[in-house]
Amino acid sequence: MEFEELYQDVILDHSRRPRNFCELPEADVHIHANNPMCGDDVTVHVKFGADEALEAVTFTGNGCSICMASASMMTQKLKKKSRAESTELMQKFHEMLTAEQEPEGDKRLGDLQLLKGVRKFPLRVKCATLAWHALQEALDKPQEKGAHLSIEDEM
Amino acid sequence: MGLITEPNETKTDWKKIRSEFPILDQQVNGHPLVYLDNAATSQKPRPVLDALLRYYERDNSNVHRGIHELSNRSTAAFEGARKRVAQFLNAKSAHEIIFTRGTTESINLVAQAWGSSHLKAGDKILLTEMEHHSNIVPWQLLAERTGAKLSYVPVTGDDGLLDLSRIDSLLADGVKIFSMTHISNTLGTINPVRELCAKARALGVTTLVDAAQSSGHLPVDVREIGCDFLAFSGHKICGPTGIGVLYGREEILNDMPPYQGGGEMISSVDFFKTTWNVIPHKFEAGTPDMAGAVGLHAAMDYLDAIGREAILRHDQQLASHALQRLSEIKGIRLFGPPLDRAASHSERGGLVSFLLPDVHAHDVVTIADQYGVALRGGHHCNQPLMRKLGIQSTSRASFYFYNTLDEVDRMVDVLKKIQKFFTRGI
Repeated sequence: MEFEELYQDVILDHSRRPRNFCELPEADVHIHANNPMCGDDVTVHVKFGADEALEAVTFTGNGCSICMASASMMTQKLKKKSRAESTELMQKFHEMLTAEQEPEGDKRLGDLQLLKGVRKFPLRVKCATLAWHALQEALDKPQEKGAHLSIEDEM
Repeated sequence: MGLITEPNETKTDWKKIRSEFPILDQQVNGHPLVYLDNAATSQKPRPVLDALLRYYERDNSNVHRGIHELSNRSTAAFEGARKRVAQFLNAKSAHEIIFTRGTTESINLVAQAWGSSHLKAGDKILLTEMEHHSNIVPWQLLAERTGAKLSYVPVTGDDGLLDLSRIDSLLADGVKIFSMTHISNTLGTINPVRELCAKARALGVTTLVDAAQSSGHLPVDVREIGCDFLAFSGHKICGPTGIGVLYGREEILNDMPPYQGGGEMISSVDFFKTTWNVIPHKFEAGTPDMAGAVGLHAAMDYLDAIGREAILRHDQQLASHALQRLSEIKGIRLFGPPLDRAASHSERGGLVSFLLPDVHAHDVVTIADQYGVALRGGHHCNQPLMRKLGIQSTSRASFYFYNTLDEVDRMVDVLKKIQKFFTRGI
């Protein structure tokens, strides 16, 4: 069945034991995002390095397995990436889930490609993109050090 | 399998009744549909669908304005539906029935029209912690406008009962209106609205009962309950979407300013001054949902032909069976009055909220859907209650008279599969 494709072992593993799941007191920005429809609620913490790369990315919060796994895999993938690379990966990930035509697999996404199954569950796309939207907010706008932002997911 | 074991129910042919709901006869994701999201909206039987079609094919015309034959017919149909609602709720008169878009609009009408003219800074609005957002937010808006304050009757915890130990002092604390749900859409609790309204009335406190989850599920008698206002939606009781009802005691409605301005609600309009129409028309600006009222009429006839007592017993039997079967799942967290209280049939209606151990409600609902089982997962528009219970969401199965014990068993089997699938490798 299609849901077995959605809930692969790697995804369940990330949702049960999320990586980089902790506060980051030295973060430059904390972005809280929630999905008012269902109650998924995460905060992404980002510390930028001297070269403006993402030196550390962590997250905290609660959500369904898709939300937690996606956030967990995102923090692993984007660590040490430049802003430009992060933005590009974010776009690739988004396209993988939402483009009308299913895009060709992109190796740069690595394990994140396992979340492609979410495409078949349109109501769950929000779950998979919640942490990413929070991160986008951090990348898009210059922030004062230690800023706490909040977004309501609208996608 | 016989659905109802009580001997006095043997005459109800539940199987035949179910066959009158065309939508239920379909496959979803390769499995027969098991529709258990009735607290969100109910399905519509053939007689309601036929009434809507007949109205549009034969009688459609604007009400109260025309003099021609079709307008006579549609006016008679619309006002006939109003009389039928009055009978459905045992209201004293059809003047006490206002058609709205649904429960939400009914509550907003009271908060705006009654609230703005009766509340002042410092007055209290009493709610309960198990209210739907639609019975919280209109009052918050009113409190902002008037400077009134909100207070809440607490919920005991997972058992989902109202903690009434301090109700007298809560009510006596400057409360002007007490607005409460009859049946909780998340916990399934049936609240003792009659006792609560009596206590409020003794202190001169105005009352509103949110009957969205109750009006189609058990006999609702506004004079027996003794409330000032009562609200419900057509679509949750087998009627169409877009039509709802506000009942208000005649004296209190007469004493209220209008809600919205427009046609129909006026008696005479001058460029600078307008006089209002009589109740209920004073509160019904613009062309109403005429077809909706016709459909609602057919739905009420349908429900009362079965009997709301019989519907209640049937739904409660399904809920009790569900609670029993769900307790087979190790570690499951069940919300609402427990089985022994449910068995007494006075404190629990036909819905069950639960959390599977180690599986988020979203994931439960997504996979259940793959097996054709329609559940609801989320905060059920009860975010403050969720926070109080320390949870984000629950899964919910809500039953109606066309559901069967067999469907409950299929749901539980699917939930067990989900539990196993998710805990693989643990």
